[in-house]
Amino acid sequence: MTTTAPRTLTSRHPIYTGTRIPSPTPTVLATTPEMMATGDVLTINFGPNHPSTHGVLRLVVDLYGEDVTGVEAVVGYLHTGFEKNMEHKTWWKGITYPERIDYVSFQNNEYVFVGAVEKLLELEIPPKATWMRTLLNELNRIHSHLVWIGTSALELGAISMFWYAFREREQILDLFELVAGYRMHTRYFQVGGLAEDIPRGFYPECRKFCDWMPRAVDDYETLLSRNKIWLERTEGIGLLSAEDAIALGQSGPVLRGSGVDWDLRKSEPYLAYGMVDFGVPVYQAGDVYARYRVHMDEMRQSVRIVEQCLDRLEQMDGEPWIADDRKVVLPPRHELHTSMESLIHHFKIVTEGFRVPEGEVYYAIESPRGELGCYICSDGGPRPWRVKFRAPSFVALEATATLMKDALIADMIAIVGSLDTVMGEVDR
Amino acid sequence: MSDWDALPGFVEERTQVGETTVVVEPAELLSAAATLRDEHGFNFLSDITAVDYLGWAGAGVSGYLGTASGRDLNTPMTQGYQAVPAGKPKRFAMNYHLLSISERTRRLRVQVWLDEGERIQSVIPVWPTADFHEREAFDLMGIAIDEHPNLKRILLDDDWDGHPLRKDYPLGGEPVRFSGEE
Repeated sequence: MTTTAPRTLTSRHPIYTGTRIPSPTPTVLATTPEMMATGDVLTINFGPNHPSTHGVLRLVVDLYGEDVTGVEAVVGYLHTGFEKNMEHKTWWKGITYPERIDYVSFQNNEYVFVGAVEKLLELEIPPKATWMRTLLNELNRIHSHLVWIGTSALELGAISMFWYAFREREQILDLFELVAGYRMHTRYFQVGGLAEDIPRGFYPECRKFCDWMPRAVDDYETLLSRNKIWLERTEGIGLLSAEDAIALGQSGPVLRGSGVDWDLRKSEPYLAYGMVDFGVPVYQAGDVYARYRVHMDEMRQSVRIVEQCLDRLEQMDGEPWIADDRKVVLPPRHELHTSMESLIHHFKIVTEGFRVPEGEVYYAIESPRGELGCYICSDGGPRPWRVKFRAPSFVALEATATLMKDALIADMIAIVGSLDTVMGEVDR
Repeated sequence: MSDWDALPGFVEERTQVGETTVVVEPAELLSAAATLRDEHGFNFLSDITAVDYLGWAGAGVSGYLGTASGRDLNTPMTQGYQAVPAGKPKRFAMNYHLLSISERTRRLRVQVWLDEGERIQSVIPVWPTADFHEREAFDLMGIAIDEHPNLKRILLDDDWDGHPLRKDYPLGGEPVRFSGEE
């Protein structure tokens, strides 16, 4: 296993040189006619109701014995029309929708929509909100990776991983509950900042978690990293080269597991990522095991970011947590009883919604699954004209055909798991 | 990167909130895409977004909350007269969001305007990741894409009628399967 040292702010490895894109890189693996002529090829449905498809993914698989000779990903079983729904909600009511698109990394999804609206409004965000958003996005990244390692290891037979990962996940959900009142789908980010101030008692609880989490990751690695069964199920399985990964639009841990040193938190720093010190794990092997290692290392790095955010936030007591723009942000609650203007603004923002200038914007962040983009188009009214999400899981499924060349049916479970797809996000 | 005149089919360049949009002719899309990938280094296609501008700048589409007729952009509202947005050249826009994975991160939006029924070339030969995105644009917005190897519905049922993200798609009128009357 060759690895490169995590990148720091000062030293950058070459990311990727060249534009060569191998073509064609099909997204459907077709069984060859010679193989079909043998008459022994069996076509089966894997899913949509199968416990190791991470939801309702359906794979149409051609099998020759145990060999996978053809595969096509069929999606859409969870299509709920989020994008159409959001066209009929005001901007600020729409914030609840993105969280439900990817229900495992809800805060990242919430942020990408809020961030896109703020970019179009050209709204400045107070530092306290920026740091808190960074903190919650990183906690959410750990949460998402925990769900991933728990379920993916469970599918390969490591049932105890599930219990351990969900034990730590519970702690993170408790922190979210402490902050926002909800465990998932917190809707804590508001256009302009945060919906509420950070509650007392959050920092010490979050510190406790940061002290605990690196030891928990050590435990996971003790269980898996040198486990013979785990290595045989993951090493050299589901190979993806850097060129193919870029051609197929892969991002996040899949891309970094294929040796491309690419993370939007470093290359296009948003929120407070330009001001914190963290490394980007990159592994060269391009197999399931490399993707597993990327996830593990990212959890450690996320804990480092959370600690740095806490250091800053503890100095910010009493600072504003939301921008002071009365045309966009709800006025403070206490003013509603004494100020007529505040009451009017409150009423108009809640009923009619605030206006966003005419224009279009594409805002991309590094979600736990990769490049999560949000395209919004406004006609200057209180509702979006068009909202579109670039879902990293949707794109990840394009790689199934390339990954499953020469795979066995048992490898298929490991490969689909390693792509870390969330079907809510695939089908939107 | 300010001069796009050499780009095949170049129409115009716009900049807003730091994002550059380059509009190209639909007939020249494929050669423009190859030029952008090979000469400008845009090796990564992030996303393809189709937008329907039917009723843009008109009354009654975007809609004021709670009124059936919608919002008339030409009547005053509480925040003063609404500025009527500039018109669009054609009904549909296809937006290709490009990214350069290199030491110098750059993004670019390539925009192509289409009328209803107008066809567009697939960009799969340039960026294979366009496959699912183009199928989605075909499925939800009804954009006809030429030379796509596997152009069929991706998110909706194969026998679905219409394209739901179009602005003229009826709301609330979808037939419900397995209703009590059957």
